Amino acid sequence: MCEQTKKVQSIIHKYDKAKGNLLSILLDIQEASGRNYVSQEHADIVACELGIPLSKVHDVLTFYAMFSTKPRGKHVIEICKSAPCYITKADAVVTMFEEALKINIGDTTQDNQFTLLYTSCVGACDIGPVAKIGDKIYGDLTKEKIQSIVVSYREVTECPK
Amino acid sequence: MSKIMQLISANCGKIPPGSVADYVQFGGYEALKKAFNMQPIAVIEEVKKAKLLGRGGAAYPAGSKWEQLFEIEHFPKYIVCNADEGEPGTFKDKLLLSQDPLRVIEGMTIAGYVFGSHDGYIYIRGEYRDIQRVFQTAIDNAAEAGFLGDNILGTEFSFRIHIMSGAGAYVCGENSALLNSIEGKAGRPRIKPPHLAEVGLFLMPTLVNNVESFANIPVITLLGGEQYLSYGTNDSGGTKLVCLSGHAKKRGVYEIPFGITLRDIIYDPELGGGITGDKNLKFVHLGGQSGPCGPAALLDTPYCYKAMRSNGLSVGSGAVVVMDETVCVIDYLKCVTEFFIHESCGKCTPCREGNKQIYHILCSLSDGQATKQDLQTLNKLTDTMTCASFCGLGQTASVALTTCLKHFKAEFEAHISRECPAGVCNFSKGRGE
Repeated sequence: MCEQTKKVQSIIHKYDKAKGNLLSILLDIQEASGRNYVSQEHADIVACELGIPLSKVHDVLTFYAMFSTKPRGKHVIEICKSAPCYITKADAVVTMFEEALKINIGDTTQDNQFTLLYTSCVGACDIGPVAKIGDKIYGDLTKEKIQSIVVSYREVTECPK
Repeated sequence: MSKIMQLISANCGKIPPGSVADYVQFGGYEALKKAFNMQPIAVIEEVKKAKLLGRGGAAYPAGSKWEQLFEIEHFPKYIVCNADEGEPGTFKDKLLLSQDPLRVIEGMTIAGYVFGSHDGYIYIRGEYRDIQRVFQTAIDNAAEAGFLGDNILGTEFSFRIHIMSGAGAYVCGENSALLNSIEGKAGRPRIKPPHLAEVGLFLMPTLVNNVESFANIPVITLLGGEQYLSYGTNDSGGTKLVCLSGHAKKRGVYEIPFGITLRDIIYDPELGGGITGDKNLKFVHLGGQSGPCGPAALLDTPYCYKAMRSNGLSVGSGAVVVMDETVCVIDYLKCVTEFFIHESCGKCTPCREGNKQIYHILCSLSDGQATKQDLQTLNKLTDTMTCASFCGLGQTASVALTTCLKHFKAEFEAHISRECPAGVCNFSKGRGE
């Protein structure tokens, strides 16, 4: 059994192989994938272990916005485009990230480090415009802040502890 | 009189979140102890007297909801806390969950005692993964201190709370969709009746309340319903957490007594402090994306359920998004409608297709391609969606549009004449191109 499969098995067992925990299981698998997605192979394992049809797993994977069935960057940068952020110029933030990463919104950098996406409200409207990277939220974004955020994630990637 | 109160936000930022010792030191768990010495029905009476209206947005009387579940003699019953705070412009539940989780836990535990329930679930949105960890620590600490688990405080009553994570779906804020999601399914809404009090989680009788509603339960239990009611107005008991965002100077969450005006909320130096850059206010969007927009002329409306409703406004989730004069109404509505296109679950046609058609017409308006006929079509679309959508999402998705059509009709007509009063829209395309 490969390393990834072992990880998936242990996640499923952590949640007692319970059907009701399907969302949490898939979220954890996605996080452990390193590429922020749930592969077909892992979806198969989940369906088999929980004793549910694969179509049910895909129903959930395609219904909820946080899941992806295609590989994404190691860091997914999500920019809130809900109304409170929109009127505080979220559009400009998108452009700044696009320039800093040299990709368009929706795309992944060639080195697979970053994917740039839109998201619905992340509940940080008091510091809009905001971007969410993993569990972290960055607010009151300016060009300088965005550049240093991108650099800090690049550094983390290139110089592992 | 101060326009800020601290009935439910008193601990926020003042004690380490999830520390039972600190929570108890500031009066925590006194309400649970008091409830244990009351008949369950007596607790419900206090909630009724308090006139606590559901704080998630629908404003359903919590006392009635509790009474309905109490009368059902079918067990087990489940207690569910809706912490799927996905409403744009709303970030008040986040404050309670992250800074005073034990108050929410105590509220759920009192509910558990009232209904003889042994299991509570809190569904926290996937975007709040870090808060899920904070909340889990609070649950563990409460269990260790004997406030959760078997035989709480030496009584016969046992209660556990389980955290369930969302994964990014606004529709799961709708209670029946939320229950489907807890069961590990796609979060599509259920048809009602049967109501969730009868057939809820795992098909058993279930109470679903919002985070802020549960946070109010210990306060109501301790103070008594009448005292709680007296902090607000005759129809709207107690306080509300409002979330100020957009072009307000001091954006944030404030606990206010019902009855102060919208103008107070936006301009009072203790609260919003006015508009950034001292520009003029153009309109406010209230209660969430599915709430109404109101012009500056309505700012003297008292912020309470009745007065807001009679002026065509709404308290809803407590969101107050402030727009200054630089915002174009059409451009803003495009953003709102895009949100609903994305968040519609696709189950019913009026919602799935209606939002797309509205967006299409709004784009024509902002491109200078729209005609008078388009405005009539907008009215037809909003009527159809309101009457024929399956759940609350579709029924209310066009409220912002209908209220803007009422208050800013001239701005729509200006766009038909290829003029954008705010100077936002670009009419460089020739008509009919």
